[in-house]
Amino acid sequence: MIDELVKSFYIAMKDFREYYMKPGAVSWGLLFPFVFALAFMVRRGGLTEWLAPGMIALALFFGSTSMSAMSIVFERRFGSFERLMLYPVTYTTIALGKTLSSFIMGLFSIIPVLILTMVVLKIPPIHPFLLVLAVVLATFESSAFGVLLSFLVKDPTQVMVVFNLVRFPMMFLADVIIPVSLMPHYILSIVLLQPLTYSAEVIRFAYEGSYDILPPEISFALALLIGIVFLVVAGYIIRRSKP
Amino acid sequence: MDNDNECVISVKELTKIYGSVKAVDRVSFCVKDREIFGFLGPNGAGKTTTVRMLVGLTTISSGNALVYGYNVVKDYKNVRKIIGVVPDVSNLYLELTCFQNLLFSAKMYDVPKGMREERINYLLKFFGLWKFRNVKFKNLSRGLKRRLTIAAALVHKPKVLFLDEPTSGLDVMSRRILWTQLKELNRQEVTIFLTTHNVYEAFHISDRIAIINKGRIVAIGSPKELSKRFSTQEVIEVAFYPSKMSTKDLSEHIKGMLSVKRVGNHFEIVPLNKNSVIEGIVRYAKSRGLEISMLRLRSADAEELFLKIVGETK
Ligand SMILES: Nc1ncnc2c1ncn2[C@@H]1O[C@H](COP(=O)(O)OP(=O)(O)OP(=O)(O)O)[C@@H](O)[C@H]1O
Ligand SMILES: [Mg+2]
Repeated sequence: MIDELVKSFYIAMKDFREYYMKPGAVSWGLLFPFVFALAFMVRRGGLTEWLAPGMIALALFFGSTSMSAMSIVFERRFGSFERLMLYPVTYTTIALGKTLSSFIMGLFSIIPVLILTMVVLKIPPIHPFLLVLAVVLATFESSAFGVLLSFLVKDPTQVMVVFNLVRFPMMFLADVIIPVSLMPHYILSIVLLQPLTYSAEVIRFAYEGSYDILPPEISFALALLIGIVFLVVAGYIIRRSKP
Repeated sequence: MDNDNECVISVKELTKIYGSVKAVDRVSFCVKDREIFGFLGPNGAGKTTTVRMLVGLTTISSGNALVYGYNVVKDYKNVRKIIGVVPDVSNLYLELTCFQNLLFSAKMYDVPKGMREERINYLLKFFGLWKFRNVKFKNLSRGLKRRLTIAAALVHKPKVLFLDEPTSGLDVMSRRILWTQLKELNRQEVTIFLTTHNVYEAFHISDRIAIINKGRIVAIGSPKELSKRFSTQEVIEVAFYPSKMSTKDLSEHIKGMLSVKRVGNHFEIVPLNKNSVIEGIVRYAKSRGLEISMLRLRSADAEELFLKIVGETK
């Protein structure tokens, strides 16, 4: 068990070293969320405090999923993904390794946004310690989601197109940019069906001390649960990916 | 035939079906301890599919395979600890250096921390990669990439090394160096299973060879046995006068030839059926008013033999 965890960590460190400087990871994982946050928060005045937690959720979402896109789609296309299946490790360990590298990238992605919200705009979080936990959970959930999504993409040249086709609608339907309270009621069911909502909710609670959609006990539990389910499914998909 | 206890790799009726294609069809063989076992076959014969099933990268449709008594499907984790695998493409990580690539492999294979560096340095030196140890994989030449990929499969001192076309795409020099290195590894008690479509390579380095064609094994034996079994004066050398015809013209008009090539003034033909080809030659000469200035038989070399064995099973 410990042994498998250690190995997933080795995989993560290897991935991070290999992909963090790749254009896809830098542009969509680091630059995009920051520029986006800058544009929205600095220009829109009034809503900045409401926007801050959502921008953090977005940053870690884009950061982590961009890493999975690189580390899985490219490796599968060029054959190095199969190397992992030659080592004495379980398929879930491989999935966890890929989730962890996305996780690390996600954490890096929020640094510029955190500086923007806390230092530049001086919006402090209400529960700083809870924020740490929320960020960890949200990043884990987003990472596992990115890993799953990566297995649906075959062509590496299309990877960011496909990813953005999925990520952009999610972004608008997660109580991140437009408050759900301003949307038609039936939209709420879609909002509740997608994982980014829960990442945003846990961070919102830690940051603002209040919540928009779900009470914190529920959103924290769901974020964790969704992450674990995605991870297990990813392990299963890796095993089934053999011809 | 084979005593199972002696087999390091024991394969029974192994089959892989893709849709309607039987890529590997009831293949059985036994690889003995410290043997270099060559798996020889033309493109699409099923070599890669066989290796992939043995190492657990492709699912098995039916049949089974054991490595050191471990079932390759059920005990896959145990099998992976004692085998090293070199795939048909050099697929290490582009942005990592030679050293970093080997270190990653060592960690994943549970090489104890205190022994990793020593083992890696040994392999870097063994494969002539020492001065490239801090060069990124993406900047290596093809031959060096191949060697590093092999080194990465050896960090944990596997008992069995699987290599899929280890020398394809390498120049003569790199190929020879690699053969020497594989033989040396074999002397260090590694059992080697390698696939190749290069007949010379198979006959040159293998202790035993299995020839596979269209998913079926068509012959197994030592290079000597195979040569003896199949090479009975089986190449026809023929010359005509005047000798202006092309090999294309010959192959269009004479049936039953596996190959024909021009050597100086004469042609060398590997026949599927010797007698019918000779008849064909006579008919051809007659119809064109040519004189047959030479016609003789000689025994086949390894490559011609391969054509023959594969041809007979078509
Ligand atoms: N993933 C796959 N899906 C469908 N068919 C496949 C797949 N992999 C291999 N095949 C088919 O199985 C047969 C055997 O292929 P294989 O790659 O094992 O041959 P090979 O002997 O390694 O050939 P080569 O010398 O070209 O490497 C071929 O007909 C090939 O088209
Ligand atoms: Mg092949």
